[in-house]
Amino acid sequence: MAGTILEIKNLHASVGGKEILRGVDLVVGAGQVHAIMGPNGSGKSTLAHVLAGRPGYDVTAGSVLYQGKDLLAMKPEERAREGVFLAFQYPVEIPGVSNVYFLKNAVNAIRKHRGLPELDAMDFLKLSKEKARLVEIGEDLLKRPVNEGFSGGEKKRNEIYQMAVLEPTLAILDETDSGLDIDALRIVASGVNALRAPERSMIVVTHYQRLLNYIVPDYLHVLVDGRIALSGGKELALTLEEKGYTWLEKEPPAPRVEAAAR
Amino acid sequence: MEAQTLAVETAFAPGFAAIETAAASPRWLTALRESGRERFEALGFPTTKTEAWRFTSVRPITEVAWTRAAREALRRPDPAPRGVRIRRLSEALADAEPHLARIASFEDNAFTALNTALFEDGLLVEIGRGAVVAEPIELVFDAASAAHPEVSYPRLLVVAGEGSQATVVETWTGRGGRPHLNCAVTEISVGDGAVLTHVKVQREDESAFHVHAIAARQGRASRFTSHNISLGAALARTDLDVALAGEGAECEANGLFVAGGSQHCDNHTTIDHARPHGVSRELYKGILDGKARGVFHGTVLVRPGAQKTDAIQTNKNLLLSREALVDSTPALRIEADDVKCKHGSTTGQLDPLALFYLRSRGLGEDEARALLVRAFASELVSRIPVAAARDAVEAALSARLPGLSEAP
Repeated sequence: MAGTILEIKNLHASVGGKEILRGVDLVVGAGQVHAIMGPNGSGKSTLAHVLAGRPGYDVTAGSVLYQGKDLLAMKPEERAREGVFLAFQYPVEIPGVSNVYFLKNAVNAIRKHRGLPELDAMDFLKLSKEKARLVEIGEDLLKRPVNEGFSGGEKKRNEIYQMAVLEPTLAILDETDSGLDIDALRIVASGVNALRAPERSMIVVTHYQRLLNYIVPDYLHVLVDGRIALSGGKELALTLEEKGYTWLEKEPPAPRVEAAAR
Repeated sequence: MEAQTLAVETAFAPGFAAIETAAASPRWLTALRESGRERFEALGFPTTKTEAWRFTSVRPITEVAWTRAAREALRRPDPAPRGVRIRRLSEALADAEPHLARIASFEDNAFTALNTALFEDGLLVEIGRGAVVAEPIELVFDAASAAHPEVSYPRLLVVAGEGSQATVVETWTGRGGRPHLNCAVTEISVGDGAVLTHVKVQREDESAFHVHAIAARQGRASRFTSHNISLGAALARTDLDVALAGEGAECEANGLFVAGGSQHCDNHTTIDHARPHGVSRELYKGILDGKARGVFHGTVLVRPGAQKTDAIQTNKNLLLSREALVDSTPALRIEADDVKCKHGSTTGQLDPLALFYLRSRGLGEDEARALLVRAFASELVSRIPVAAARDAVEAALSARLPGLSEAP
């Protein structure tokens, strides 16, 4: 398919010997925003981490093509350099490493991979300041060690700030809304919306429909028990909100829109 | 036992014989050296049955036929900074006598006893009463290459006068690839109300042996800060003994030891709270790679009557390989009842999730590992108040951790 960024076929994955993903199929086109919802333990976060290449998340069957390349054959850092970005549900605290130092090295690792000249401290500072405004992240936060002592909201804003600086082709947001109050959610969502672009695709993983009021997806998929049980447009979110996930377990799943499209 | 006695006799007897012929020495000094020799002969070299040496075998030291280094490899600032007087011990015996061997006990430590018997013409560093010395006093112990394995007995006495403020830096280097043994003692008297910072950076050649006792005694309301950085030597052992002998004394003990290959690094610390209202903060971190072995043994002692003592002791170790090993024994011995003391020890590997987080942003695996290791060390490196010493430690860490161009 022309303009396809990501093509997941029959993806099975296990964590610690336990099968979590049991045959996920998903196609994401350029510039599209896909939301993935599902109950606890359905495999949403596992899917996000498998796509980013987390060690210990073993793919047992299936394939993932990213821009026509075998994503699963790439190391995590290669995926990042090729433009895959995961916003963590629980961003990791790294004492002793300042946010700016870390991100400048990340930017330059990616630029080097793409044959671009590395940014010097001044250039990076300029870029960093511009992107920090997007999520209203203060300069003091950028100088502090990565995520150390950040509030929940600051951590999530920091993830979106990193995404803004790294300018990914495929951004995967793993429960970026969880634990946020409404003001923080608005800031994060507006940051994400500002980064929507025809050349950038997004997979937004969320437990709650609330986020989708702010980040309106093009497609919505419901993951149940390691498979996509239902796909549809954004209006599906409202049905889910009304009926809850248990509704899916009682009624036979509707045809998969994305699978049918292929 | 046989072999040990033999080594003692062959290696150290000529030195002992020289004590008696050193006619120029005053009687008290000859007597002191004699008691050092007697104590050493009574103790013998420690074995792994000796409690304080349980994890460190000194056989690699006792098996070598050492000859005494011909020259003392000690450099000092000349002229001394304003407010500081630096003299050879032999030129300053009258001023050294009230302190010499009275701070570093050789009762239970064979190496300190050996140094006391045989120490070279070391240095007396005096910081004048009330002197505020901004410039660090930098001493370099540089063991040069020799044809035979050589042993040195450096001795340093620092006397910080009442209300003075100064920083002493000891850098231990050694090159040449031939075994060298430094059996060293540093004694520090911190006068009432004095603020003294002591920095030790040990980056000797990996064929070297390094045994060093640092002993400090603190007066009333004084402040002593120790930075003990151990990077080099095949076998390195540092004993830090701090006595908070005056009321309201404060002590900060920072330690970083980095060992790889088959290096062995042992740190023994004792913080002795003898008087009320003392404060001590101790943080030692170890980074072990390859087949290296590290030891941290720390005791915080609170004597009866040292009420209102506030002491925290922490040891954190990072193991970078499956074969690296660390033995951590933090201990509190509290004999007073109105005190605030805590201690803790953790040993672990690099956090796999942190590694993944860094890699997911595009950093290579080596670079991510180096970054996390440097970050672990940086808490202690950043505390070193002397730029040159800090830079030397940074450079040594960079050399060991490829993948990083600058400090995080």
